[in-house]
Amino acid sequence: MPTALDTPVPDSPGPRPAVGVACRAIAKEFGSGETRTRVLHGIDVDIGCGALTLLIGPSGCGKTTLISIIAGLLDPTAGDVTLFGTPQSQLRGNRRVDFRARNVGFVFQQYNLLPSLTAAENVAVPLLVARQPRKRAIEQAAGVLDAVGLGSRLKAFPNQLSGGQQQRVAIARALVHEPRLLVCDEPTAALDSSSGQTVMELLKSVAVHPDRTVIVVTHDSRVLQFGDRLLEMADGQIVLDTVPSSHP
Amino acid sequence: MNWVAWKMLNGDIAKYLGAVFGVAFGVLLITQQASIFIGLMSRTANPLRDVREASVWVTDRHQQNADEIEPISDGAVHRIRGVEGMDWAVRLYKGVARARRPDGIFRQVILLGVDDHSFVGAPRTILMGDLADLRRPSAVFIDKAGHESLWPGEPLRLGREIEMSERRAVIVGICETSAPFQSFPVVVATYSQATQFIARERKQLSFVVGAPVAGVTPAEACRRIKAATGFEALTYDQFVWQTINYYIANTGIPVNFGITIVLGFIVGAAIAGQTFYLFTLENLRHFGALKAMGVNNRRLIGMVLLQAAVIGAIGYSLGVGMAVAFFEVSGRVLPDLRGMNIPWQVAFGTAGVVVAIITFASLMSLRRVLLLEPAVVFRG
Repeated sequence: MPTALDTPVPDSPGPRPAVGVACRAIAKEFGSGETRTRVLHGIDVDIGCGALTLLIGPSGCGKTTLISIIAGLLDPTAGDVTLFGTPQSQLRGNRRVDFRARNVGFVFQQYNLLPSLTAAENVAVPLLVARQPRKRAIEQAAGVLDAVGLGSRLKAFPNQLSGGQQQRVAIARALVHEPRLLVCDEPTAALDSSSGQTVMELLKSVAVHPDRTVIVVTHDSRVLQFGDRLLEMADGQIVLDTVPSSHP
Repeated sequence: MNWVAWKMLNGDIAKYLGAVFGVAFGVLLITQQASIFIGLMSRTANPLRDVREASVWVTDRHQQNADEIEPISDGAVHRIRGVEGMDWAVRLYKGVARARRPDGIFRQVILLGVDDHSFVGAPRTILMGDLADLRRPSAVFIDKAGHESLWPGEPLRLGREIEMSERRAVIVGICETSAPFQSFPVVVATYSQATQFIARERKQLSFVVGAPVAGVTPAEACRRIKAATGFEALTYDQFVWQTINYYIANTGIPVNFGITIVLGFIVGAAIAGQTFYLFTLENLRHFGALKAMGVNNRRLIGMVLLQAAVIGAIGYSLGVGMAVAFFEVSGRVLPDLRGMNIPWQVAFGTAGVVVAIITFASLMSLRRVLLLEPAVVFRG
């Protein structure tokens, strides 16, 4: 079976994209003593900017743990992640939280929109986290919502939106502060086929940016065509690093 | 982020109101019961408060409160007047009599006998009649609540007759008095008249009340009276607190009210604490998402505390408002509760209790929020 090491990313025409995420010997263990479980086994991978990288694999293979470590939500047991030239091991406490607030955007499987906020207010949250004035934040959020095709639903509450629309709001929220890393966890898992396609097209068209790294964790084989690069994990290791076969 | 916290709170209106009413109900119980307790205890000293002119009270040396009275001899008043430093001193009778209507209906009444000449101790608020009429034979005043108690549903009217110790008394005036502890009608007569309305005893004088000359403090006057006469002499404040402390120490009232107040605290803390905790628990994944998006623990603590403070402030205002409404209404329709109000100390004390309840609720919730791993947002 090919692995990440022996299956290099094929060179694309033109200049090689800058590396946004560099993982070096990432290992993660949970528990202690006899219940200790090793979930990641020394992962080395570079993920470039300007492309949409898909991370796939069976349940329990370590995908969620890996993106949690990449996004700075979990500390690795060993190894280090460098995000845009900044080793995460050098950041502690609030410095890491601030780094994450500025540089990382999240799209969650269950959207995680605040039910009491309108679409525009939900999208404005990362700007409020960055202490922007509320009025300006909501104005900026409205612009991003317009870009994802929800300019007419600014004042709708999450329960007034379809699943696909909620996920588009979540994508707008993830992008509103222009993060350099976008991490999407199963963004199409709760959606029907058509909505899933729309969401992936949106990610591809709006999120992918020359200065941004986009990682999408997915189980959904219908969306593989949208990936520029495919990383497959099994048993805590990357076992395949390739370009999706249906990639144009 | 405070704005987000506020919106989150308003978003779950059922839990929001549940927590608010938990606090409000606790505050109502605590405020109302504590106020009634203080009002009741305060009433024990109301007979003293109605004699505002007197700063010195002289009575039997074994006296323990203003209600259980061992009479002293009538001549005591002359001895007190003779004590150096006293400006004036007069007799005051206070006892219990049975007032019977001509049709046989009767009630126990508090009988006050005020000085025949100076009227020291006479009621200040006269609703009907003239105080000078007290000097007429068999004349008495009755308080409004007493009139309503003896003649329920009938309009206030002068000239009615009652009988006390087989002696006829004519109501020549209707007055307001501070509500007495026993909620009996209050009948006021001159001292010489009042002593005719009771069974004859060798000693009949309840108190000698007076005031010292300028330059002598009431405490100093009392010291001199004790030394010169052997009677118990207390300043107004001393007698008030002696009476209140007697009732606190010798009745079950503090225990009963104390239990209700503690229950109010427990109910308030349990409802508000549990509801707020559940509210936080249900929002845990949202707090996790906020954590992932870069909200640090300090700001999360601020958000939770703000939510708790809003619940506490609104619940407190509602609870105190309901208690105020209770006393406003009950004071008008229930004579037994007239004059009861919420002392500022109770209002402040209850605010302290609310802070404790809210702190308790916040701590329970904050623990979960602070221990929350932001990576939980990826677990579906």
